[in-house]
Amino acid sequence: MSTVVDPVLRVRDLTIRTRSVELLRGVDLTIGRGERVGLIGESGSGKSITSLAIMGLLPDNVQATGSVRLGERELLGTPERELARVRGRDVAMVFQEPMTALNPTMRIGDQVAEAMLIHHTQPSRAAAADRAIELLEAVRLPDPKALVRAYPHQLSGGQRQRVVLAIALANDPALLICDEPTTALDVTVQQLVLDLLVRGVEERDAAMLFITHDLAVVANVCEQVAVMYGGRIVEAGPVNEVFRRPRHRYTQGLLAASDLAVDPHSGQLRAIAGSVPAAGRFPEGCVFRSRCWKATDQCRAEPPWTGAPHGPGYACWHPAQSEVIT
Amino acid sequence: MVGTVLRRLAVFVASLAVSTVVVFAFMVLLPGDPARVALGTDASDAAVDQLRHEFGLDRPLPVQYASWIGGLLTGRLGTSYVSGAQIGPQLADRLQVSLILVLASMVVAVVVAVPLGVWMAVRHRRPIGVVLSALAQLGVAVPAFLAGILLITIFAVRLGWLPANGWTPPAVDPVMFVRQLVLPALALGLVQGAVLTRYVRSAVLDVLREDYLRTARAKGLRPAQALWRHGLRNAAVPVVTVLGLQLATTLVGAVVVERVFVIPGLGSLLLDAVGNRDLLVVQDVVMVLVAAVLLVNLLVDVLYVVLDPRLRLGDA
Repeated sequence: MSTVVDPVLRVRDLTIRTRSVELLRGVDLTIGRGERVGLIGESGSGKSITSLAIMGLLPDNVQATGSVRLGERELLGTPERELARVRGRDVAMVFQEPMTALNPTMRIGDQVAEAMLIHHTQPSRAAAADRAIELLEAVRLPDPKALVRAYPHQLSGGQRQRVVLAIALANDPALLICDEPTTALDVTVQQLVLDLLVRGVEERDAAMLFITHDLAVVANVCEQVAVMYGGRIVEAGPVNEVFRRPRHRYTQGLLAASDLAVDPHSGQLRAIAGSVPAAGRFPEGCVFRSRCWKATDQCRAEPPWTGAPHGPGYACWHPAQSEVIT
Repeated sequence: MVGTVLRRLAVFVASLAVSTVVVFAFMVLLPGDPARVALGTDASDAAVDQLRHEFGLDRPLPVQYASWIGGLLTGRLGTSYVSGAQIGPQLADRLQVSLILVLASMVVAVVVAVPLGVWMAVRHRRPIGVVLSALAQLGVAVPAFLAGILLITIFAVRLGWLPANGWTPPAVDPVMFVRQLVLPALALGLVQGAVLTRYVRSAVLDVLREDYLRTARAKGLRPAQALWRHGLRNAAVPVVTVLGLQLATTLVGAVVVERVFVIPGLGSLLLDAVGNRDLLVVQDVVMVLVAAVLLVNLLVDVLYVVLDPRLRLGDA
């Protein structure tokens, strides 16, 4: 998010719509080499569609405009044949649901080796098979030599997610996208998987886009954060800054809701009033105004981005003062 | 995997044993005395008793059952009550004819259904996919005998490219054999293929929505490659089920098409035997059909285990 000179990923004004509904509007994201950026927001805020757009895996019934650059290469509008060469080699992805992310009828070793064979990053099948064992060892799976012959159903969810991570890291991608990689896992293995993720990208000096609704995980893993609501980025900046001094009212609400302390007045957990509207049902102007406790008539107009262009800042007419929240 | 296959094999043998009892019991319970039928209503009781003795029908039921099973196991299926001919060789002949016809039609069905079903699934949002889907639905509604009559009208009567009916064993005249096989195999196969196409389509559609196919794309496979390498084997499991059911029903159901094309198959043997009250032939034919259906089910079960490692119990 900071003003990176030579970014790995540079998303500008990314807008995605179906024939009738706008899913994403004017999204900017910049990630530098070795930088880890969190993308947070409630379900339905557009996080996953953003990641699919970067992977070039958008369903064919949506239209994307704007720019998604990976290094020097523009990905939007690139034909599938060329995109496939980038995917899995320069940009890789770890998905949310490890239980279904692997092919149930293919051996683990073959699934890891395939990632390298597709892009010819290993000279032979044997070399790819050997490298697969090393990769499984690197994600601390027990007895990788035997594991390559196992099928996914013989592994636990945490183990499967580590296999998915091994596949994603197989070709040393410049950018790793993680879409809620620990949400479906037991709390006990979440930290292990997070540690492996961070170590994996650090060893490769890779950039990471980490999508989650878990603010604690972002604070744990990322240096920069972008907050998404209604298909827009409403606030962005260093994690320290944004989490300590949220400016956008939505960020403020999210932080309050993630605080498990009980509200002294109501005796209940804090939550943001209302729920996320369905895609296309967000209000005009500020997308958050239908749930915002500070909304005024001014919010009918779209709030401008306050802060560095494409960098840290927020889009709110009535930002929280920069008082420190404790 | 070997353990699972052995278990299925044991189930197969047990089912076969039970079904022999059921088939035998059915034939005993059916009203009508084969000796009386053979001799006609005017025959004297003494003559009927004499014939019953010759057929071995005066023996206790367990003895009759044991001698029938013994015959099945050694290949001596007895003689027809009506014609007095050996049942074994005749049945083997007819079975061979039916198997050739059924297998040829299944090949037609698979060759039509698999590429078409996959294509329809991939194009399911486009007009061509919808049109093909509707056509397949129409195909399902056409009975095989009607398809047979249509094919005869067009290719035999109008165009004169192929013979309208008949059967020549491949050893006698291979060319004639193929020429006569084409139309009945198409009649059975196209209709089965229409049904199968819909199952292939829905199986592939299901697989296309799977997360592991997205993982395959994320690895860098193009859509068709991802479907080919990761999708088809998974989609095959439900398709194999339907294929097995179709094979079993076609084996029995081919009888109508056998009649239309004047093919001496198992179905016509069974119909003739029922018409003549030739009970031992009925009993043997039914037993062969039951065994064939059970065998197909066994093959399907084994194929499951080969296709889907999750079904391999006990070797984790």
